[in-house]
Amino acid sequence: MTLTHLKRAVLKLGFWLMVIALVVYATFPFYYAVVTSLKPSSEMFQVGYWVDSVDWSNYVAVLSQDSFVQSIINSVIVAFSVVAIALLLGLTAAYALGRVRFKGRTRVMMLVLGVSMFPQVAVLSGLFEVIRVLDLYNSPGGLILSYTIFTLPFTVWVLTTFMRQLPDELEEAAIMDGASPWVTLTKVFMPLLWPAMATTGLLAFIAAWNEFLFALTFTLTDSERTVPVAIALISGGSQYELPWGPIMAASVIVTVPLVILVLIFQRRIVSGLTAGAVKG
Amino acid sequence: MTVHETTTATAGPKKARQDARGTKVRRRRVRAAWLFLTPMLVVLALVAGWPLLRTIWFSFTDASLSQMGSANFIGVENYLVYDEGWYGLLADPLWWQSVWNTLFFTVISVGLETVLGVIVALVLNAKFRGRMVVRAAMLIPWAIPTIVSAKMWAWMLNDQFGILNHMLMGLGIISAPLAWTADADLSMWAVIIVDVWKATPFVALLVLAALQMLPSDCYEAARVDGISPVRVFFKVTLPLIAPALMVAVIFRALDALRVFDVIYVLTSNASSTMTMSIYARQQLVEFQDVGYGSAASTLLFLIIALFTIVYLYLGRRQLGGDQ
Repeated sequence: MTLTHLKRAVLKLGFWLMVIALVVYATFPFYYAVVTSLKPSSEMFQVGYWVDSVDWSNYVAVLSQDSFVQSIINSVIVAFSVVAIALLLGLTAAYALGRVRFKGRTRVMMLVLGVSMFPQVAVLSGLFEVIRVLDLYNSPGGLILSYTIFTLPFTVWVLTTFMRQLPDELEEAAIMDGASPWVTLTKVFMPLLWPAMATTGLLAFIAAWNEFLFALTFTLTDSERTVPVAIALISGGSQYELPWGPIMAASVIVTVPLVILVLIFQRRIVSGLTAGAVKG
Repeated sequence: MTVHETTTATAGPKKARQDARGTKVRRRRVRAAWLFLTPMLVVLALVAGWPLLRTIWFSFTDASLSQMGSANFIGVENYLVYDEGWYGLLADPLWWQSVWNTLFFTVISVGLETVLGVIVALVLNAKFRGRMVVRAAMLIPWAIPTIVSAKMWAWMLNDQFGILNHMLMGLGIISAPLAWTADADLSMWAVIIVDVWKATPFVALLVLAALQMLPSDCYEAARVDGISPVRVFFKVTLPLIAPALMVAVIFRALDALRVFDVIYVLTSNASSTMTMSIYARQQLVEFQDVGYGSAASTLLFLIIALFTIVYLYLGRRQLGGDQ
């Protein structure tokens, strides 16, 4: 009896140690970035696990740089535009793919899925040319256009999955009343799809906010960059003297909104991710 | 999906009544469907289809970044050409090095993410107090932009002031600081550490979703029969979550094959961590050799297309629809 008790206790202890290890593993790098960002530059090179005194000088340094503030504005513009376009085009496409049976539907779905797996580098030179021809090089417009390559397929895919789960009776009633497909979509389905649209919109927002390769390649000047590029290109006097304090402060500034969003909407995000992957 | 199929396919009497009007409505709906699809298809053609074709075309030309319009067709010279010795992409040892690096990175990081992801999912699937908090914590690495996570880890892995060296030395595991990102033997592992940290939550969430859909009765039976949990995992759980795990692995593998940003930030263009994407972009943008860079892009595309076709073949049944 005591032996099984002991075994139970050891197992329970092991389990909790594992849980603690997981939480520390997942959160420590971000925690450490916050700690670093709150240190004055004189203490930067002493390893410390806690914040002894809060020093905002790194945040002041980063936010007083016009180009960094501008890059936040650029990121916001790009991410919101990308979400709006992806939702608008994704919703109409999802209605067609999810509610109407027609020849070639499976082929279109395959095409969409195929595009979502494109390596971005594979279209880099071709897209560069398109963006230059449209005169969108070094402007948010070029990024908004190019980001649809990864947000749109994903949005279509997830919204189609949700659209298929809605009951048929609703649509039949609308058809009986002589409603056009557009009215059916906007008046009948859209109100029901708000949760799904919030989920996909959020995932598209995160993807656009985090994108790096296109943003690095299709912008040239500091005033047009997005946040990830701005952070990647923060440099000091030489390669070996990176200003780690400001870099960590900038990292925390652009990450905190995302972390808050994710924590608030975590159920939605999980359902969106699984709808996109498992059911696909 | 199934609801939709059955009502349209088997609602016999109702259907007969509607038949005359039905075909007209149906035709109108199909027309509307294509109309609704057109904007998406146009945009995808503009940002994916056409650029891909142009990239493939550029790979057979001598295009450079400053004059993409006036490129000359040069056949397969970007890929392979004999001019008193073999030249071109297929004869470049650095290209083969980056192919090898990409495959090594993909196999090791996706392998680690799968094992760790399953473990994390099993922990999160257990019922304990504070489970929601732990799940929320696991989402943090996933939410952090790749660039930011690479920078955070670059700081933690810093050879002189990094906390990781500090910890490892404090524990007596290493005696001198390691140059994680500069040492050619270690830098690939540094990249893998960061990628595993960032992507494990994704695998864990997908596996967790699959675990939560498992029937509980076979576990009851196993428990009554006194079968060890480890055996139950390998004989019951693993086969049941295999499809979801497979999807997660393929998604991750496709991501890993095109990896760019983590490596660009951590080790820049160092040859010990150069992947196919890094190689292609360096040729395209930094060396301005669009033709040669496009050839590298095209080969990367072919490799990923092969993976995608395998995936689509495996996932075809789940697509459902009009077959």
